[in-house]
Parts: sequence; structure tokens; C-alpha cells
Amino acid sequence: MIRLHDIAHSRAGDKGNTSNISVIAYDQEGWEIIQQHLSVEVVSEAFAHITNGPVFRYELPKLQALNFVIEGALGGGVTRSLAQDPHGKALSSLMLSIQLDI
Amino acid sequence: MKHTEFLRIGGGAGFSDDRIPPAVELAELGDIDYLVFECLAERTIAREQQTKLQNPSKGYTPRLQERMAAVLPACVAKHIRIVTNMGAANPESAANETRKLAKELGLGDVSCAVVTGDDVTELVRAHPELEIMENGLPVESLLPQMIASNAYLGADVIVKALETDAQIIITGRVADPSLFLAPMMHEFEWSYDDLERIAAGTVCGHLLECGAQVSGGNFADPGKKVVDRLSELGNPFADVAANGSFSISKVAGSGGLVSLATVKEQLLYELHDPSQYITPDCVLDVTDLELIQLAKDRVQVLSARGKPRTPSYKVTVGYDDGYIGEGQISYAGPNALERAKWGAQIVQDRLKQRGFSYSEFRIDYIGMSSLHGLPENKVEPYEVRLRLVVRTPSKTAAQAVGFECRALHLNGPTGAGGGIDPLVKPVLAVQSVLIPRHWIDSKIQVRRMG
Repeated sequence: MIRLHDIAHSRAGDKGNTSNISVIAYDQEGWEIIQQHLSVEVVSEAFAHITNGPVFRYELPKLQALNFVIEGALGGGVTRSLAQDPHGKALSSLMLSIQLDI
Repeated sequence: MKHTEFLRIGGGAGFSDDRIPPAVELAELGDIDYLVFECLAERTIAREQQTKLQNPSKGYTPRLQERMAAVLPACVAKHIRIVTNMGAANPESAANETRKLAKELGLGDVSCAVVTGDDVTELVRAHPELEIMENGLPVESLLPQMIASNAYLGADVIVKALETDAQIIITGRVADPSLFLAPMMHEFEWSYDDLERIAAGTVCGHLLECGAQVSGGNFADPGKKVVDRLSELGNPFADVAANGSFSISKVAGSGGLVSLATVKEQLLYELHDPSQYITPDCVLDVTDLELIQLAKDRVQVLSARGKPRTPSYKVTVGYDDGYIGEGQISYAGPNALERAKWGAQIVQDRLKQRGFSYSEFRIDYIGMSSLHGLPENKVEPYEVRLRLVVRTPSKTAAQAVGFECRALHLNGPTGAGGGIDPLVKPVLAVQSVLIPRHWIDSKIQVRRMG
């Protein structure tokens, strides 16, 4: 098992009720791992208790980064959410707590 | 006189309540040509429209005077031009206040140019058929509660304002990267046909628009991502060449870090499909971007691509969405979580007994589940802070939650401490629609003052 926090870093952004969370590898080895193993399914499962919304995954090989777009993750939208963290800024660390089974 | 080869643009603020000294540092020590302040969050402009209705001389960013007073002396002395969206719902008043302030500071007659025409409230009201981007429904349902609608204008109108030669450009709603792209288009005489340059300038604006988020802020992770002196964090600037290549750096000696990693994080911040980031100026593609660490705290950015701008403006529709009510209280030590859970149930029972119901009711156990939700197998913490939050159209019903939560001090499980006074806030929510550019292009205006 590898924890994502050990091989990548992350930042979460918000637009309406959608959170986008980047996952950026520290090096080539980390990039190969996240490219192969950090799938839409893995991320959807980690966020399943927050949203059932679709998850989209984009690859940026030149930057050794992935960008995940997670719909419905922000409690109805930043401007109307009841959440303590309506922007979902802290969701980047939920992403990094994912354990990859490799 | 126009620069023809080279321009340095500073990112003065990333939000309306951002630190002020880093912008002063940029102006005094950064050798910058332009200082840009992005200070307008999604819903802020609708809130300022409400303020303006109550007081026609207000409606600009509340911290305008504080921020301007700090940077004007250096900007006037060094002929640094300022571009900002601090005008919010009232750019004219913001310009009047800025000019008044400059006189009071003994800086003389400082010229401003204001951009207006982003307020499309009446236009949206006249087009109930417009489709809400978030849910596909007609905007009609929001119209009775609509407070204001504003279009995200692009860099072209800011360029017109810069052509007046006014020192300070004050706008309402424009797209954040456009604030930075405009000085490049103006100084280098780029047109919208120069797609690669427009794309490069848009990426540059995107990297600078959140202030220190590209220079070490919202990045550090102890033992993992090391950043020095966050209390003296320097804001970024970009050195832009006329061909569109640019590098990001910060004032030497300031705290923080500009590295490949900080630039990558900010590049992907609030981006969805990286091959299609829509702004009023282009459809940006960053998938081929190259980043090079040129020196300590300096990263070069190459190979941005773009497609032509779309025929639409994005509009945020701000509307009254009722009230949020909140209460909080804490428990600690043995059985803390069980007592907090029971407290939450008691408050819910009381509210039901009093005849209140809510469209949404959220229970957080701070220290356990308030940020990442409540997955299974979570370790029980030593202290738990209960947070109860509701949404309701009724202010009375919103207040009742905090009241009943605070009453747990005397009426709930043992040892409840630190209850807060009930919180109630009106909710100003936003949704988006698209409108054709030609609906408003003729109404967008630039006016020079002084």
C-alpha cells in the first residue's frame, strides 16, 4: 500500500457545487504510479460519502499531474453550502489520504 | 510611453481581505510596471449591489481606501499603473474615493478610468428563458429572488480604459485573468488574433490572480513541502516578453517560494478540463505547457495554446436564498462523542416540538467529521465540537437552532462547554447563465476621471 501523500501533492479549487482537485507527482516514479493506479473508480470511492456526482479525470503528462473534477462535492455550492469549509479547500488532504493498493 | 519588449506585472491581492503589505513591497521594491488587484469573489458584487441600493455612494469593495492608501504613494512616485476590480457594483464611486484619497495624501490629481456595463440585471429579468448552467433549468425560477446579475467582461474593455492613459483602472465584474492580460495587450499591441500570446497572457493572469497562492501560500506541508517565512510571504510578479513568454517570480528577500510545484498547483487551481478553460478572451489549453525553473524563485512558462473566444459572456445571477442558522458547543473526555450526538438529537427534538422544519439540516462533529465527512472507522477524538447548521426561508427558524444548541449548557448531557451565541446569516447564492456578447457590447463604457 502506498499513501498518496507520500508521492504527490494536491490543491483543491471550487466552482459552484463542483470541486476540482489536482494530484501532482513529486517525481517520475510517483507519476507512473498515479497515472496507472489513481483511477476515477478509486477517487469516486474515496469521496462516496460526500457525493455521488460524476468524477472526471484529466491527465497532464508534461506536468506529471492529474486533475480530478468532482461534481456535487460542495454541499449545494460555495455560496449556499452549510459546510464549515464551503470551498472544500480541505478536500485536497482527503485526496492525499487515499491508499493505493500496489 | 509604451514598453515594447518587456513588462513586469505584480499580483497585489488574491481576495478582498488579503494581506496588504505584500502589495506595498511589490510597489516599493519590485520594479513593477503594473499592480493588479483581484478582489471580487463570485457573489460579492451582488452583495455590493444591495449596499449601493441603500447608499448610492457605496457599493465598491469595502477595503478600497485601506488598500489604495497603502500603495498609492509608491505607485504615484514610480508611475506604476493600477488595474483592479475593486469597483464592484460602483466603479465610479470607487474612482471618486481613490482620487479624493490621493489628494488627502498629498499625491495630487490622480487620474482614473472606470469600466461599466457589466450589470445585466434587467437584461436577465427580460429573458426568463435563459438556461442556468448548473442545472439546465430556465432562470425564471430565480427571478423573484434575484438581487443582481453581472457579466464577466474580458480584457478588451480594460485595454480601452488603459488607452485613456489614466493611471488607475477600476472595473466591476471582469474575468480575473483579463485584469492581467489587458496590460499585455495594451503595451505589446496584441490583438485577439494573436492566439498564442492571448493564451500565454491568460495563463499568466490565472497564475497571478490568487496572489501568494503561486509564491508559497496554501502550499506548505511541514516536513514534506517546505516554505520559509510564511508570515512575510511575498506576492508574485510576472516578467512578460512581447512574444508572450513569461516567468513568475517574487521580490528578492521576501518569504515564500516560487517553484515548479507551486506553479503547477496554482495552474490547476479552479481549472476543470485543462484543454478547454473558457475565459472571455480565449479558450485556453494548458496541456502542452512547459515549466522551467530558471533560478531560485523564478519559473518560466512556455507553450500555452488557445482557441478563439466564444460568442458568449458568462453571467452570475445573485439571488436571495433564505437564511442559514448555526449553533456550536463542545464536549471533551470520556464519552465525548456520545454526548455530542445526544446533544444533536435533543436540539432536533426541541426544534420539532416548537414546530420548525428545515429544508437542510447539517450535523458536524468538529475534530472528526466537519471537513472530510464521516467515513467509517474514524478514530474517536478526545474533544468534539458539535456544530448544527440549517437552511430555511424563515429568520426565526434559523435563530432557533443556535438558541437550542446554546441551551444544551444547562439542559443537555453533562459537561457541555463553550456554546456560541446563535448565528444567523442571510444567504446570497449565485448561479450562472450565458448571454450573447452582442446583447451588451454596445453598452460597455469607459470613462476617464481626472
